[in-house]
Amino acid sequence: MEPAKREATKRWLGISPAVLVIFIFMVIPICIMAVYAFLEANPYGGVRPHFTLDAFIQFFFEYDFDDNLVFNSAYLNIYWRSFVLAFFTTVLCLLIGFPTAYYIAMQPTNKKNMLIFLVTIPFWTNLLIRTFSWILILRDYGVINNILLGMGVIDKPLTLLYTNGAVLIGLVYTYIPFIVLPIYATVEKLDLRLLEAAHDLYANRRQLMSKIILPLTAPGIIAGGILVFIPSLGAFIAPNLLGGGKKLMIGSLIQLQFASSRNWPFGSAAALFLMAAVLIAMMIYLLGPARKTDLGENAG
Amino acid sequence: MTNQTIAAPSSKSVNSRSASRKFFKIGRFPGFGLTTLLFFLFLYIPIFILVIFSFNSGRSATIWDGFGLNWYAKAFNNDDIQRAAINSAIIALIATTIATILATLASLVLARSRKFKGQNISYSILMMPLIVPEIVTAVATLSFFSFVGLNLGIGNVIIAHTVFCIPFAFMPIRARLQGMDSTLEQAAMDLYANEWKAFRYVTFPLLMPGIISGAMLAFIISIDDFIITLMVSQAGSTTLPLYIYGMVRMGITPEINVVSSVMLFMSIIFVSLSYLIGRKK
Repeated sequence: MEPAKREATKRWLGISPAVLVIFIFMVIPICIMAVYAFLEANPYGGVRPHFTLDAFIQFFFEYDFDDNLVFNSAYLNIYWRSFVLAFFTTVLCLLIGFPTAYYIAMQPTNKKNMLIFLVTIPFWTNLLIRTFSWILILRDYGVINNILLGMGVIDKPLTLLYTNGAVLIGLVYTYIPFIVLPIYATVEKLDLRLLEAAHDLYANRRQLMSKIILPLTAPGIIAGGILVFIPSLGAFIAPNLLGGGKKLMIGSLIQLQFASSRNWPFGSAAALFLMAAVLIAMMIYLLGPARKTDLGENAG
Repeated sequence: MTNQTIAAPSSKSVNSRSASRKFFKIGRFPGFGLTTLLFFLFLYIPIFILVIFSFNSGRSATIWDGFGLNWYAKAFNNDDIQRAAINSAIIALIATTIATILATLASLVLARSRKFKGQNISYSILMMPLIVPEIVTAVATLSFFSFVGLNLGIGNVIIAHTVFCIPFAFMPIRARLQGMDSTLEQAAMDLYANEWKAFRYVTFPLLMPGIISGAMLAFIISIDDFIITLMVSQAGSTTLPLYIYGMVRMGITPEINVVSSVMLFMSIIFVSLSYLIGRKK
């Protein structure tokens, strides 16, 4: 064999196993799921091979007693609530995450590495367990209520668990490390001489922040925001454990269709909408200013 | 009163000048340090509460009744927990092994060869499990298994885990390869080592820390996975996270804290080791 061809064969042998495994067990499944969205539901789970748009109609309409289609906003509301919660999660993560990332990046090297390691540890610990710890804190006779009752501030427990606020705390808790890392990476690359120069030219602290630091760290802020927003949108554990099943979000809606509701086509359609939302967010990221930094490097 | 109003401006101007000079040496903003402190408290206090109450001797997971290891004894003697732990370990070991081998092969190609056709698309497919929302992967995998009628019990879970373990094993291995000096390999070949020997005796030993680091991350990701396992698993392939989820829904006892604390402890040890090994020169 000629060398170039041999090289190509070796390349193919090396890379194809991993790529094929992901292609067969992830890309093809997503395509199958996309097809399922256009089929009829089988009440015992799975689908029947009849083409129908029922799954998409169900998003917006329901049948009333006389079999007429009437507008139904229940599912749109779930999407709306997910967007609102994901949005506020992102904002809160930014408000806490930016100063933290900035502060860490300004520390001496050893302390910096230690702090960044502490930020990443929760990422590798079990999400279910970390979310469960908030049940201990928020429930009726949980840590917060016990403290407040003990101090005599309140005489009956406050309802903290199973509220939108609890879901929001859970989401922020879950995803906040994701925002610190990319912002940290951009702040670390910031040329501090620019700050000195601006200071010499009588810029005050607020101007330093708005005219120099924020514009230069924008790629990290946007990357971090997307890393929080996308998974928050499809989150399952926090809404499920802390929202108590009544405050449905997209993730729980999809899971329910494949589990107890046994409406796979509708679940597939809901998953497709979620994928579309994620793709749109990714496009904004790729076309926006963030493309200058390598997201993979920063987050890895 | 009047004294104070007179004194105030001068002391204020002194303060702000010294404050701005101090700020200039280090480029800092007021309140950022405090926010960082609050951030770390927010991140770690819930975990500490969880661990502390695992040592509670009483029946409640949130009312302290005195120190005791009775819930540990109970959890370690619970057959269901043992079975779930064994399932978790089997799934994670097999998925990690396959994923690490595949990721090593792929990273050798992607990090070492010159640009080739299909490089970007290969890379995108490898990274896909990190981008697609987990719940979508979960239901898509379930649809796929039901479509092809694959019914291997724990095997189905292993396949699903292998897929999302690949990028996690891939990243540290590729990072290690990128930081490695490829001239060593060339030197070995100049000294008449064939390609296989150069790989076996030069590249592979140097790459080992990256491989171990990647394998450990993949193992942790597999042990911790919940959503995909929840959708794909059948009766008999319950893993530890699924078991914990079941317990949480049944009612909260310190036994959950015990299982959770042990899992947290394991994860932290694994990640710390992976971090230290990956950094080794």
